[in-house]
Amino acid sequence: MSMARSLAAALVAALAAAGTASAADAVKIGVIYPLSGNAANAGKSALEAVRLAAEIVNDPHPELSPLPLAGGSGLPNLGGAKIEIVSADHQGNPAEGQSQTLRLITQDKVAAVIGAYQSNVTFTATAVAERYGVPFIIGDSVALNIMARGFQWVFRTTPVASDFAANYMAFFNDMNKAGHKVTSVAVVNENTDYGTSVATTLLEQAAAHGLKVVAQIAYSANSTDVSAQVLQLKDKKPDGVVFVSYTADAILYLKTMKNLDYLPPMMIGDDSGFSDPTFVPSVGSIAQGVMNRSAWDVGKPGSVTYKIDQMFRQRTGHAMDDTSARDMQAFFVLAEAINRAGSTDPAKIQAALRATDLKHEQLMMGYRGVKFDKTGQNTEAATYLIQLQGSDYVAVWPPQFSSAPLQWPMRGWK
Amino acid sequence: MILLQATVSGLLLGAVYALFSCGLTLIWGMMNFINFAHGEFVMLGMYAALLATWAGLGPAFFAPGAAIALFALGAIVYLGVIKQVMRGPMLAQILSSFGLALLLRYTAFFVFKSDFRTLPESELSGTLHLFGLYIARAQLLAGAAAALLAFAMHMLLTRSALGSRMLAVAEDRQAAMLMGIRPDRMQTLAWGLSAASAGVAGALMAIAYPFSPAVGETFALTAFVVVTLGGFGSVPGAMIAGFVIGLVEALAAYLIGPVYKDVVVYAIFVAVLWVRPQGLLGASAR
Repeated sequence: MSMARSLAAALVAALAAAGTASAADAVKIGVIYPLSGNAANAGKSALEAVRLAAEIVNDPHPELSPLPLAGGSGLPNLGGAKIEIVSADHQGNPAEGQSQTLRLITQDKVAAVIGAYQSNVTFTATAVAERYGVPFIIGDSVALNIMARGFQWVFRTTPVASDFAANYMAFFNDMNKAGHKVTSVAVVNENTDYGTSVATTLLEQAAAHGLKVVAQIAYSANSTDVSAQVLQLKDKKPDGVVFVSYTADAILYLKTMKNLDYLPPMMIGDDSGFSDPTFVPSVGSIAQGVMNRSAWDVGKPGSVTYKIDQMFRQRTGHAMDDTSARDMQAFFVLAEAINRAGSTDPAKIQAALRATDLKHEQLMMGYRGVKFDKTGQNTEAATYLIQLQGSDYVAVWPPQFSSAPLQWPMRGWK
Repeated sequence: MILLQATVSGLLLGAVYALFSCGLTLIWGMMNFINFAHGEFVMLGMYAALLATWAGLGPAFFAPGAAIALFALGAIVYLGVIKQVMRGPMLAQILSSFGLALLLRYTAFFVFKSDFRTLPESELSGTLHLFGLYIARAQLLAGAAAALLAFAMHMLLTRSALGSRMLAVAEDRQAAMLMGIRPDRMQTLAWGLSAASAGVAGALMAIAYPFSPAVGETFALTAFVVVTLGGFGSVPGAMIAGFVIGLVEALAAYLIGPVYKDVVVYAIFVAVLWVRPQGLLGASAR
């Protein structure tokens, strides 16, 4: 009888032990992207990047050791627990984003969520996470209103429009100091939400950096003819021009500039059209030296980023892009915080995220570091400036991170 | 000088507008049919030029190739779809051409993907520097060829036996049949010519302008504005209106600001219709 009782007690104890050991169960992380619809390509690529990041954390990758958790296996503070990705497709639809996030939290019981590419979907999805008190990490969406609601559970690692604008103007100032005269700039932007909001930020930052804005030209992205705009630039002769453009218009601008024989000393394209896969094949030969932004740079052979790019190519058959890389970085930041929390309790993860302090060396991106302010925005977010040299964009600024020397002025078609 | 440059650019673009608008107005004049798929014909003309480069053909083949391909497509569309729905009510006619537009656009999406395309650099890529003006060869060629073809179409309709037969069908189908004219043949021809004019305009523009399957929408809207301004059914009206719209767009973009160019175009559009509801050269309502 007592024997049986002590056996039972032992069993209970063993079960209890197993209960605590269950901390080594996989940690579930919800990943929500547009896997169908218009932006399916970007969403699928981002999901693959996050899956690759999970693999790097789960399996030993000593060759990537500057990244936290890459060297070992799983999350050491949770008994080596592996991370399990639970993916969801929001189809680019804000309502679907809401219901899928709800599903991830209530049914799959994920410890945290990453997403969601389109800013308007991220806007609704984060509201669900906030309501349920589950951390939501944004790696890619840049709209300002997402972080302006005083949310406690939402964290964003990516740089936003104001960071980019500050970088462009700081670059122009640097050039001025280096003896390339840049005192006046022009801003050319397409006239929907994207172009207008970035242009507003650019004008603010130009004023803050003491640069004179000689022209701000807003235009419609489906224009069939942009010679009037180019003629206006030719007339005002700015030292630097920043374009906020989509694809067709970016290509049309380059062609028209060549036709009208107008080339500013330097032009910067704000991602979008200038990063479209068709941009370089279409007008690369006449756009030599054009600058763009990317927080991602493949880097030299042998570097951590180069190895990640190789692994990603093997997985997907195409090169790592800026958006996927930013999402991958967001995952690493989350994993590091969960490990530091030593628990899958949302409140502990939230506290760990708030205490995050990663340095540039621990990241795969060009951010100065990762440190969240009260709103949850990464204050150390920054971007590289890249320049089209030959058929590739290479990082040229800031100088300490450059992988090729800057060409000034831009050569265009000359 | 810059004003002159903007004027020249505007007129060259206007000539292309004039060319594809002539095609749209021709169909209306012949059979009182509004073709919403006209912008897609322009788009397909652009892809015809792309296919020509893929086949290794030089730019000399772009326009003729697009003309032949689109003429055939126009004829097929008439015989296969339009001829049937002409027997139906007005609403069926409108919706059929709208459906046709969607069919053509999304087929193009399926075949060519949504990527923007540009034609490779060729002998037409250079720029001429004349009297202090910069004129892209491609634009000059497109403008000149378009103006010439639009004029040729006008001559064909007004000065040739074939044109007379087409106009006879437009005037009175029954009477034309009694005179031994086959209306179907004339209307097939009109659809072929209409689509070909759009195709050639597209092929000429493709040299200078990046395009995707969605591009037809923009051109369809422009064509409707031009045709309404010029007067429905009037080929010379469409020609003049094409130049006017091109010029107004360019000057408004330069003098007032690119965002406002559409505002100016539509303001002038409304103002003209206020004074002349039948359009510049349209016949007044009977």
